[in-house]
Amino acid sequence: MLTKRIIACLDMDDGRVVKGVQFVNLRDAGDPAECAAAHARDGADEIVLLDITATSDNRRTMLDVVSRTARCLFIPFTVGGGIRELADAEAVFEAGADKIAINSAAVKDSTLIGKIAARFGSQAVVVAIDAKRVSGGLGGFEVFVAGGRTPTGRDAILWAREAAACGAGEIMLTSMDRDGTKAGFDCELTQLVADAVSIPVIASGGAGSARDFIEVFQSGRADAALAASIFHFGLENIGQLKLELRAANVPVRWPC
Amino acid sequence: MIGSSMRAPTIAIVDYGAGNLNSVKKAFDYLGADVVLTTQPEAVAAADKIVLPGVGHFSALGALDNTGLRDAVLQGASAGKPFLGICLGMQWLFEGSDEAPEFAGAGIFAGRCRPFPSSVKSPHVGWNSLAVREGSRLLRNVAPESFVYYTHSFQAPVVAATTAATEYGTQFSAVVEQENIFGVQFHPEKSWTVGLLMLKNFWEI
Repeated sequence: MLTKRIIACLDMDDGRVVKGVQFVNLRDAGDPAECAAAHARDGADEIVLLDITATSDNRRTMLDVVSRTARCLFIPFTVGGGIRELADAEAVFEAGADKIAINSAAVKDSTLIGKIAARFGSQAVVVAIDAKRVSGGLGGFEVFVAGGRTPTGRDAILWAREAAACGAGEIMLTSMDRDGTKAGFDCELTQLVADAVSIPVIASGGAGSARDFIEVFQSGRADAALAASIFHFGLENIGQLKLELRAANVPVRWPC
Repeated sequence: MIGSSMRAPTIAIVDYGAGNLNSVKKAFDYLGADVVLTTQPEAVAAADKIVLPGVGHFSALGALDNTGLRDAVLQGASAGKPFLGICLGMQWLFEGSDEAPEFAGAGIFAGRCRPFPSSVKSPHVGWNSLAVREGSRLLRNVAPESFVYYTHSFQAPVVAATTAATEYGTQFSAVVEQENIFGVQFHPEKSWTVGLLMLKNFWEI
């Protein structure tokens, strides 16, 4: 049976793993390669490394960190942040990533999705969407870019559908309202996107307890759920989390 | 003869220009295998074992035909060299795929690769379990219901050579093996310790 994936996310700033609350107030949590290896041993199904300040600071993803992290990591490894063109993606794959995540650059030019997919396959292209609740039009959720700093005026559900049509292999969907709050995933947002596309949806933002993961898999219909801070600071062990998911009849990779 | 038998066996990973093959090499490097990533038919011919990886679209395999790599791979396989096809490389062992009907597979196993039924999301992405048949050499010491990492949109039928199957909308071939020919639909290089064990088994065959 296909299992629900638990993805550990490493938000990186200047070569170190950090975690903020609602995209600001960064706290140091360690070396990316060490954190990735520890999460893999702990039972993470996948690792995502995001160079969170790459776009805003106008610099390239730190390829040496990617390479060092990838060397002994034998589970899927996604890298995002600062990928603006095909050449950037090529460099990140060359350094050892299995998938790349693109966000701002894909919103700016959706043909980038197809260009990377044509060269590396759709399975290697994750489109990351940062969405925020808005009142009034836009179907309730607006896309933000540049690390959550810039509103785009675009509807998140429509953008997810367009990204999938352009050749994205997965959607990584972050609720900016929940990010870092530990108040639970945004199940409504997740379900709207999961129902709108036929590709897997990774829910992100707000993980605080095992209950949150159970809800986003069951009512949010997420294929995978991603968390950062709760794993880094030892507030939840991934093995323990998987035991609780199993008890709630959520299929997970076990033993891991 | 003595010299060649004392030499550590080399593994050639066939690079036909499709996608990113570094992770397969990295896994063999980690195990300590003597492994080369090559675009050259001569290097494939010189190797003791052949790995045909692959991600993406079945049509990418067309590059094998144009570069002389197809002949080098088939000659090596028919000479009895251990061969491992991964993902698209495994699908290539069948007659062909509905994904790119104009390209012929190797036809070592009967049947064609088809899309998943519409009852399930496609692509099939994530960790799914194996139903392992006894006697598999590739899966030696692998627990019978182990989880492995998949990412693919087309699937190969269950055939007599299937030594492990996976269920996703339908039963499909997860592992095929026949004498020196092996194929896996999932990515052993991304399947944690279970996958590394399979690559080690292949290396030691």
